[in-house]
Formats: sequence, C-alpha cells, structure tokens
Amino acid sequence: MATKKKTKNQPKKKDFVTVYIMGKAYDVPAKSTIMGAIEYAGYQIKRGAGCREGFCGACATVYRLPGDYKIYTGLACTTIVEEGMWLAQLPAIPGEKALYDIDKTKPDVNTIQRLYPEVFRCVACNTCTKACPQDLEVMDYIQAAKRGDIEAVMDLSFDCLCCGLCAIRCPAEIVQYNVGLLCKRLYGKYLSPKSKDLEKRLKEMKKNKYDDEFKELMKAKKEELKKKYYNLD
Amino acid sequence: MYPEYMRVSLNKVKKTRNKRFELAKSDKPVFPPMSAEEREQVLNKFHPDYKKDARRKINVGPNKKEIMTTEVADVLESHSRIDPKKFDLSKPDIETDVLVIGGGGGGCAAAITAMQSGADVKISTKLRLGDANSMMSQGGMQASVKEDDSPPRHYLDALGGGHFDNKPKLTKALTQDGPEVVKWLEELGVCWDKDEEGSLQVLHGGGTSRKRMLSCRDYTGAIIMRTLMDEVRNHPDQIEILEFMPTVELIMDEKGHCAGGVLYNLETEEYFTVKAKATIITTGGYGRLHIRGFDTTNHYGATGDGLVMAYRAGAKLMYMDSVQYHPTGSVFPEQIAGFLITEKIRGAGGQPVNKDGELFVFPREPRDVESSSFIRECTERNNGIKTPQGRVGIWLDSPLIEMLQGEGYINKNFPAMHRQFIRYDIDITKEPMLVFPSLHYQNGGIEINDKCETNIPGLYVAGEASGGVHGRNRLMGNSVLDYNVFGRRAGIYASEYIKSAKLGKLSLKHVSEYEKELKDKGIKTERVAPIILPSYTPEDVKKRQFTAHYEGTLR
Ligand SMILES: Cc1cc2nc3c(=O)[nH]c(=O)nc-3n(C[C@H](O)[C@H](O)[C@H](O)COP(=O)(O)OP(=O)(O)OC[C@H]3O[C@@H](n4cnc5c(N)ncnc54)[C@H](O)[C@@H]3O)c2cc1C
Ligand code: FES
Repeated sequence: MATKKKTKNQPKKKDFVTVYIMGKAYDVPAKSTIMGAIEYAGYQIKRGAGCREGFCGACATVYRLPGDYKIYTGLACTTIVEEGMWLAQLPAIPGEKALYDIDKTKPDVNTIQRLYPEVFRCVACNTCTKACPQDLEVMDYIQAAKRGDIEAVMDLSFDCLCCGLCAIRCPAEIVQYNVGLLCKRLYGKYLSPKSKDLEKRLKEMKKNKYDDEFKELMKAKKEELKKKYYNLD
Repeated sequence: MYPEYMRVSLNKVKKTRNKRFELAKSDKPVFPPMSAEEREQVLNKFHPDYKKDARRKINVGPNKKEIMTTEVADVLESHSRIDPKKFDLSKPDIETDVLVIGGGGGGCAAAITAMQSGADVKISTKLRLGDANSMMSQGGMQASVKEDDSPPRHYLDALGGGHFDNKPKLTKALTQDGPEVVKWLEELGVCWDKDEEGSLQVLHGGGTSRKRMLSCRDYTGAIIMRTLMDEVRNHPDQIEILEFMPTVELIMDEKGHCAGGVLYNLETEEYFTVKAKATIITTGGYGRLHIRGFDTTNHYGATGDGLVMAYRAGAKLMYMDSVQYHPTGSVFPEQIAGFLITEKIRGAGGQPVNKDGELFVFPREPRDVESSSFIRECTERNNGIKTPQGRVGIWLDSPLIEMLQGEGYINKNFPAMHRQFIRYDIDITKEPMLVFPSLHYQNGGIEINDKCETNIPGLYVAGEASGGVHGRNRLMGNSVLDYNVFGRRAGIYASEYIKSAKLGKLSLKHVSEYEKELKDKGIKTERVAPIILPSYTPEDVKKRQFTAHYEGTLR
C-alpha cells in the first residue's frame, strides 16, 4: 500500500500520530498542523492552501475523532492533528453571492431582505457558531442582520475569514459570511463617522497645498534630503 | 506553552518589565535610535543580504552582469514551462482589453479602475481570488491624514527608510495619492479604525516620524482585500475571474508590444492563450523562494512568477539585490515558524528584549536595521533564546502593551495575534512572544514609472512585483498603500493606452530567444520557472514518485 501506515514490522515512531487523510492512514509528526500533515504525507496541495496563516479561509477542513460522534470543523493551517483524526479538506464551498451596486444600496434591513432573504429562515440553532474556526458569534450576527443592525453585524463578523464552514453546516442554507461582508461594506461606507482630518487634507490637496514643497524635494540632492530626513522632528 | 527551561529567561523579562514600563511612559526613546553610521555598520555585518554567496551575477537578459540575490538569479536563469512551437497564436482562446495577472490587492484595484474606465477585464490568478499577501497584512496602511503630518513628510520618511534609493517620482505618487486612497477605500466600504467622532486612529510604524498607520483592527489586509474582491465580483459582465489559472508566459506582438499571456489550468493541466491589448502584472512577491533558507510570512503562491515572465519578455528589473526580512517572525511554537507578528505590536509599545530581559535596540528602527540588530543579538552577542528545535530568537514583550494602553487592548486590537498563540496555550497578554527575522518582502521588482508603464509598451506592473517605490527597504504600511495607489493607476493608464493600441501578429519568439541565450551563455540547468507553487513534499516521498513529472516544483 502506498501509504505510510504503520505495519506490524514498522512500528510507529515516537512523537508520531496516525491520521486518516480522506480515509487513508498516514503516520505524521504529532503536533503538526493538518496542512503540514497533508504535505508530510506526500500531497502537493493545489486547492486548500492560501495564506497558510489563518487569514484567507482557503483551507476549510472537516474531521472526526475516534469514539466521538461529532463532526468537527477547522482550518488546516492552524489546527493541530490528533491521534486517529479522520479528515477531509473542502476544496471549495458553493455559496451564493448577491450582486449589488454599493453606491445605491442602503444600510438597512430592507437591503438584507432583498439581497439575502434566506437570513430570515434562521432557526437559531447555533450550528454556524459552533462551526466557526474563529470562534465568532455567527448566529448572533445573523440575528442582528434580521434586525437590520448593520453595525452589530460588522462588529461581530469583523474577523471572519469567509472559509464557508458556517454555510456548509447551516440547515437554513444561509451564506453567513457574505451577509457579514455586505454589512461591513455598508457600515464602512455609510455608517462609520466621517473623518474631519481626512476631509481637510483632501481639500488641501485639491488646492495643491503641497506642490511647492514637493517641487523642492524633487529638486533636492541626496545629501540635502538626508539632512532633512535626519533633522525631522 | 513555553518549555520549562525558558522560565529563567521569562522571569527576567517579567522582572525588568516595570522599569521598561516607566521608561516607555516617560516619552523619551526607550533606547537611543542609531545614527546613520551605526545603521550602516549593523547592516553590513549582520543583514543576510550582505553575507557571502547571498548575491551573484546574472548572465542573461536585460539586467545581465548585474548583481542579484542568488535565488532570484537562479529562478531567472531557468527554462520556460512551455514550448512555443506548440501554440497556434493566430487563434487565441480568449480575447480581452486588459489582462490582469494576479488576483491580489493590486490586481483587484487595477481591475476596478480599468472596468470603470470602460475596459473589458480578465483576471488570471493562481489560487482563489484574494489568496494573496494582500489578504495577510495585519498592521496597516500609511497615509498622511493628520494635521501634524503631510504628504511631503511621508515622502521623506519613505526615502529615509529606503536609504534614498527610491525612484523619486514613484515615491511622490505613493505619498501624494495616500489620502485619496483612504477615501476611495472608505467609499468602497472599508471600515477604518476611528474614534467616536470619526477621527482616524493612527499608530507609529518603524521609521515613521509621525503616527500615520491606519488600520482595520489587525485584519487590515483581510478587510481591504475582501472589499476589493467583493467589488470585483459585483461586476461579472465586465470582469471575468479565472481562478487556478496562473499565467506562465507573456505573449508579445511582432512590434515588441505586450499582447497577453499563456495561462495554465492547474487542475486540468491545459494551456490557454489570452490576447489582450494591455497586460498588467500584479503577481506580488517571492517569499516562497525561501531565500537563504529563511522561513517566510508570504502566502502559498508567492514565487516571483511575474519577475520571470516579464524578464523573459525583456522588461528591466530594479533592486533585485535587496530582500526584506521582517524583524518579528515567530519562532515558537514550531508550527507557526515564520508567521508574521505585526510591527504594530511594537507601534503599540511592545519591546524587543534579550534573554536577560534587556532592551538592545530602539524598537522602531527601519526594518532592515531592526532585523540586523536582532540577528546580532542572537549571534555575535549570544543573547538569544534557543527553541527545542534549535531555532533561536529574542522576546517581543507584549504584556507591556496592556500596561501602557490598558487592559483588554490586545484582545480588541490584535485579535488575530492573540488567537494565533492561544491555540498553543501562550497568552500574549501575559507572556511575550519569541521572534526572529522572517523573509517578508521583495524590495525590488520590475521597473516602472509613475504610470506603471514598463520599458515594454502595453505591459504595466503594480504592487509588490514592481521595483523602485521603496528603494532598497520598504517601511511598514507603505506596501498596502503601494498596491492601492499603483493598482489604481495601472488600471487607469492601461485602459487609456488601449484606446489607441493596435496589436500586430502575436508571438512567443522571446521565449525561444531566451532559451537560446541560456544556451549561448553555457547555462546548463534543469530549473523550470515560473515555479507556481513551492514543494513541501519530503524527499523520501519524492524518491518513490517514479512516474511523477516534476516541472519546476510542480508535478
Ligand atoms: C503576512 C504579511 C503581512 C503584511 N503586513 C503588511 C502591513 O501591515 N502593511 C503593509 O503595508 N504591507 C504589509 N505586507 C505587505 C503587503 O501585504 C504586500 O506587499 C501587498 O499586499 C502586495 O500586494 P500585491 O497585490 O502586489 O500582491 P499579492 O497581494 O501577493 O497578490 C499577488 C497575486 O498574484 C497571484 N499570482 C502569483 N503568481 C501568479 C501567476 N503566475 N499567475 C497569476 N497569478 C499569480 C498570487 O497568487 C496572488 O493572488 C504584509 C505581507 C505579508 C505577507
Ligand atoms: S490557508 Fe489561509 S486560512 Fe488556512
């Protein structure tokens, strides 16, 4: 068999565990990440790895543990393997994304109703929250979306990686991460208080306030620039 | 959890913390910043770029005879993945106005502005859209938006950081467009950190003379990247996204204009030709080349492909002798070796200290200087802490942040960081992190002007793949700004260019000519590039893969 499964003549090395990658047994270093284990076993990952640091959500993985009826969810790049872990990566997650014109979309409950009506089918089972590898309160933000509380959705979904594990587990077939993303954009554009500093700077720029200073800097010799730089307060 | 033997050192860090806290509160620098001469000295002696064998001469192509980072010269002196004879260029598989190569931040920004200027856009990207370094920036983006700050001041800081090697016009464009980019992103829906009145929150970064770092908690890149991606996806009629379809060569026309690219379907292993009136390279950096064996902070697809294709087509590169190592890569636990610990930790008051809990460098020197002094502390001075796996690092004292900024600050502002370590039972509000420099950023790249044009008509470059903006050392926060400023510019100028661009007969002659040049120079190698994906297959597995056809690292 083309696996590294321990056999009777080949005892498992110290500090190794046996994991079942899509059902095949491999001995891999204990404490490796799932991603590390998959590569150690000999796979060249194409789908299923992006940032490799817990930011992009490319590496959604489902697994079971021996003697445990539960399906667990995690990110392959940050989850550590365990003895007897049976795992499979999800190469992609089908999830509907609503199309909208951000300039013409209002930050209110009607928008949620129009773009993601299935949100209102939420039965508050909390499965999404349990599935979230970031430990976000996913169900709470879906409830907030139902109330049209865009700010709360933004706040609670801020650290979402769009890995899709919530959506794949949701009995109401909601695509939570896209709702979160929509609300973050609506918040940033419409609800976040405007910065007076920024407006002021933009006005100055329009009036070419810094043009002369730039002109001088562009003419200056390296030595002059160095002096200016080391004299900056 | 840290192994028991590290306790002695950890206790020392704890012991000196109060003293360092008082110092930090005093508003005086916690350690004397280095003079120009001191910087020079530590760089010369300890920066990995200055080590023997770190650089070599490149023997072919537009930069021949120049000195480059060895691994970069190697990847440039490689064979193409394709045989030009096999392609019928008279019937391209896809035609478009603008081909964007690379679906990271720069690529998405370019696609958006090109689309807004009326162009039809295709994005060729290696993994999924947004699987990119842009997704990973935690720290923030520099832009001078405060009263006590100004674009010229930002310009000087960037120049000083870059050792005055920056291309002035590019750095001017970078710093001048800054405030506008902040606004542009906000109008697209980016949630900047602000106080209740709307005042933008700013922090220091290494080498900034004013607090200028804007952020979105510590998911800055993720928030910006996802906003840009979502906007791209809102326009399927004008922008087509081709995922898992990296470009492996550029296509030229008989007049020497860039005319598109050859794409490779990673899954079906087919090649496709795309004819485009203008092409924009936004393929990002090369961390996955693991220069000098360093771990990297970069995403899986950061293999410098854009450099390779552009170079073969005759584009000039700039500053390929300089590599950025981020001072604070993680070294413990082993599973997260190389992971980035954002510079904002130091911006918020976190201090680098040695095994005795003593400060040994000003915490916010420019990155190369800071990194070099970490290396000095761990090597010459032997004041580092060894991990069980034999790595060595110094402490980054994060609990100090909670003392300086108030309890709960870390959880609120560095949730990603906190999460990363708590998985391994290390609570960074109570214990420091162990760090060492990690391969982070490609300082140099394809030479451009402030319209993102290269020496090849029709070929534009933006973001980390380009060179010159940051001289030989980029400051934190300037590359998120970079890919937005130049991504936007590339989209705009490319769509202006296509209005008058007329393509002649398509050609891949440059690929055969490059092959010939390799041969003429007597370069015998099995290397194939672009690499596309790094290989982490263990050697003993490879030995059994009798029928695998490795091309580069991809089988
Ligand atoms: C962990 C980390 C943290 C960072 N933090 C900060 C920060 O706080 N502030 C800051 O200013 N900068 C930061 N940076 C740097 C900054 O994020 C990057 O320099 C910047 O995002 C680069 O953007 P880009 O669009 O040029 O490249 P990327 O975002 O890397 O995008 C390049 C894209 O091109 C694709 N690609 C590659 N090759 C091909 C090919 N052959 N064909 C098609 N597609 C291809 C890649 O897969 C990727 O999607 C950080 C970088 C990292 C890695
Ligand atoms: S690879 Fe990006 S989150 Fe795991």
